[in-house]
Amino acid sequence: MWKYVPFAFKNSLRNKRRTILTIASISISLFLLGMLVAVYHAFYYREAPPEQALRLVVRHRVSLTFPLPEYYEQRIRQIQGVREVCPVSWFGGIYIDRRPEHFFARFSADPERIFLVHSEFKISPEQLKAFQSERTAAAVGKSLADKLNLKLGQKITIKGDIYPVDVELTIRALFESDVKGSDYVMYFHRKYLEESLAAARRGTVGTFGVLADSPESIPRIAREIDEMFHNSDSQTKTESEQAFQLSFLSMLGNVKLFLLSICGAVVFTILLVSGNTMAMSVRERIKEIGVLKTLGFTTSQVLLMVIAESVIIALAGGMLGCGLASGVCLLLSGAQLPFMPLGLPMPPVVLTISLAVAFAIGFFSSVVPALNASRVPITEALRHIG
Amino acid sequence: MAIPFSYNFRNLRVRKTTTVMTALGIALTVAVLLGIMAMVVGLNVALQATGHPLQMIVVRKNSNSELGSQVAREALLSIKYKDGIQKFPNGEPMVSGEIVRVINLPRKNNPEGANVNIRGLSQLGIEMRPGIRLAEGNWFEPGQREIVVGQSIALRYVNAALGDTLRFGRGDWKIVGVLDAGKTAFDNEIWGELNQIASDFNQNETLSSVLVRATDPIALEALKNSMADDQRLYLDAKSEVEYYSQLTSSADPVKFLGVFVAIIMAIGSSFAAMNTMYAAVVRRAREIGTLRVLGFSRGSILLSFVVESLLLSLLGGLFGVLLVIPLNGLKSGIGNFGTTFSEIGFDFRITPFIVLVGIAFATIMGIFGGLLPARTAAKQDILNALREL
Repeated sequence: MWKYVPFAFKNSLRNKRRTILTIASISISLFLLGMLVAVYHAFYYREAPPEQALRLVVRHRVSLTFPLPEYYEQRIRQIQGVREVCPVSWFGGIYIDRRPEHFFARFSADPERIFLVHSEFKISPEQLKAFQSERTAAAVGKSLADKLNLKLGQKITIKGDIYPVDVELTIRALFESDVKGSDYVMYFHRKYLEESLAAARRGTVGTFGVLADSPESIPRIAREIDEMFHNSDSQTKTESEQAFQLSFLSMLGNVKLFLLSICGAVVFTILLVSGNTMAMSVRERIKEIGVLKTLGFTTSQVLLMVIAESVIIALAGGMLGCGLASGVCLLLSGAQLPFMPLGLPMPPVVLTISLAVAFAIGFFSSVVPALNASRVPITEALRHIG
Repeated sequence: MAIPFSYNFRNLRVRKTTTVMTALGIALTVAVLLGIMAMVVGLNVALQATGHPLQMIVVRKNSNSELGSQVAREALLSIKYKDGIQKFPNGEPMVSGEIVRVINLPRKNNPEGANVNIRGLSQLGIEMRPGIRLAEGNWFEPGQREIVVGQSIALRYVNAALGDTLRFGRGDWKIVGVLDAGKTAFDNEIWGELNQIASDFNQNETLSSVLVRATDPIALEALKNSMADDQRLYLDAKSEVEYYSQLTSSADPVKFLGVFVAIIMAIGSSFAAMNTMYAAVVRRAREIGTLRVLGFSRGSILLSFVVESLLLSLLGGLFGVLLVIPLNGLKSGIGNFGTTFSEIGFDFRITPFIVLVGIAFATIMGIFGGLLPARTAAKQDILNALREL
């Protein structure tokens, strides 16, 4: 079968202008598809550190904007299978100004426990100690420190908005994670924040991070925590950290449907373009197909040749498109994108999917013209003027 | 002398498969652009129409939203006696202290739920929003656990219609009215009596924001400055209209993505149209030669092919418009993280302007796709063309 590939290749070259236009059209559409799939991938298949599978997040049942009482920590700790609990509160606030590049996640947390719950963060023992022993110390993820050019020992001020206080912090520790971007965060002492607040606002926590002993016990622990506080003033909602993160995305509206419908439209458009091209080129070649058949080529061989030609063209377009998409992602790697402070990654799986789509398009768009061409009786084909 | 249109129409009809396929490609491109535009227009309508030009929202300094802000109740008194504030006929200044909180409610097509703004306000606050009326039911009574929900909430959320009860804060709340805010942002809020909401959410000492109406635009500016300069109050005032239009920024990523996708798809579709037109030129080489012999100039041949490409793309454009028309009125929502942390509901809107943009977009694709092939056709040598098979 491979011996027909050069023939199909030659055929694709004979109307160069058409082939180039088709490849251009397919590559541009596949570039777009690649970018969209990359966004989809970044949203819904974000690489998570394996340690995440052991974590739960406890929040107020009504909404994330309602705090929980601090004493819940002790009660959650008593549940069987809970290895560690850490209070974590979203501080919000403004660093320098409101520009999006100065926005990042900053939490007040228990310095003794935060790195036990987030065991994927690698931090040197000396820096951990320095962070824990100074009330106004902050620990900053390496990717965040690199992006905003933050150094050890640097002092930074965050103006509060949710909390009516400004915190002045000194960076005492940098930590790293194997999963790119998961360390785009800063932690500082919960105690420091508490002491800055008026007495009436003390004693509450935004969320509790819970570390479980095994992934299997996650659903049970979640259930037991919620049941424990069912009859209290502040009911809780406990879910796996992954579900918690996805719930943020669902707040954005139906992003999934939005992306998928655009992807669908793009794929369908390429299918039309490529199908049209193949139909046109086959129509012009019916006489030639008659000659091939006269020479003894079978119907299925002719079929195969036409399909191969279409697949070659589509794959060429696909590869070009993927290259373009990877290039653009590379250019964007330092850019500030919404929800993606470190740019849009282009994982190999996205490229594979795009090429597979290109292959499928080449195949399916040529089936109908190829069938028509291969079925034409020889005598009629030879008589054809086109 | 121009070649008659009917020649182009017939040509498109003769090669119907190709015509339909190319037009469909263009139609999908137009549909994607228009679908996203319909969404952005709907969102803009929902937010930009909100707010009174003489009113301002007073929040704590550094807060960019009502949700993240706390204003001491005592500050309300200091604000009330500032100069330049409009008064109700009974002499009461137009100043309304309000509490805004966010709760999560299960939505009809999303059991995970979405965030909704709860606003606690007094009768003054209602009267200061003239565009608002009750679509059904009554206003809440002070001292009762009663609420009024926006129309968009009543439609899109579970158990949120008139007569239902919602559970938040310290217990159940009865829905006694549905509010028609004329598609403004308030259609996405739940309103209750200020003190009732305050005690339920344990927020008796502070307000989230204060709504103030000035007597005239000059007084509005003066009031804003006097709020910002008062170090003791530590407040910031924003014009109400600006406050809500700034929320449209939540649609910026969508807008950007939409334009990006549409332009890229348009380039792809133009190439496809070009391909189709080139094929037409090659197939009709002899015909073109004949037309030239008959005395049609190069110019009219060029025009004729561009017109044919235009017809093809307009067909696609019209079909694309037809494809998105069912979206008109479709209800959706978009979350806002930066400011309100809650969802803004909006309707997709296919306006005449959007339809025009779609047609114009298709026209550009048609011209872009047709020009080069038409040039090739016009430049052909008569003798060679006639000799073509």
